Amino acid sequence: MLDPEFIRGRILEALPGSEVDVRDTTGTGDHFEARVVSPDFAGKAMVQQHQLVYAPLQQWLKSGELHALALKTYSPEQWKKLGNR
Amino acid sequence: MTPELKARFDEITKSHPIVLFMKGNALFPQCGFSARALQLLQPHGEVFTVDVLADPEVRQGIKDYTNWPTIPQVFIHGQFVGGSDILMELAERGELADLVAGKSPA
Repeated sequence: MLDPEFIRGRILEALPGSEVDVRDTTGTGDHFEARVVSPDFAGKAMVQQHQLVYAPLQQWLKSGELHALALKTYSPEQWKKLGNR
Repeated sequence: MTPELKARFDEITKSHPIVLFMKGNALFPQCGFSARALQLLQPHGEVFTVDVLADPEVRQGIKDYTNWPTIPQVFIHGQFVGGSDILMELAERGELADLVAGKSPA
């Protein structure tokens, strides 16, 4: 069982300077959603942005402890444009 | 992955503007995520589909090719775009049309 703060911490380590919100969507500690706004995402395709977030969490995704992590990723520029949807 | 399989993926993904590796085919999708991906893509042009259930080597191979763990997988103009969640988000942001038109990501 994982908690949102733990996941947030792993993402922040990998993407310093980003803004990260993580939510447990089912209350069971294995399904989460995250919103990540990071300067490292600028100019990258969405799939690359997602891979940068999944990278530090591989261990828990592989073990199945982290069953699902739905992502919304934005560069600061994209967030300015799309954040208020 | 064998060089032959990699060459096959290169060939398929570069030969069609929109390629969808899915479970089932356009007439009979075998998975809700694959069906949804197809629906999102179809308004943007002809979708060349590959049924991963027809070939175990392709089913595992495509995941190794892209380093992405799930099916469906979408390629536009030879570039790996992502799976069903990414496709939906791109459609919502209005970026799918840009990708098909050959514009680079924002």
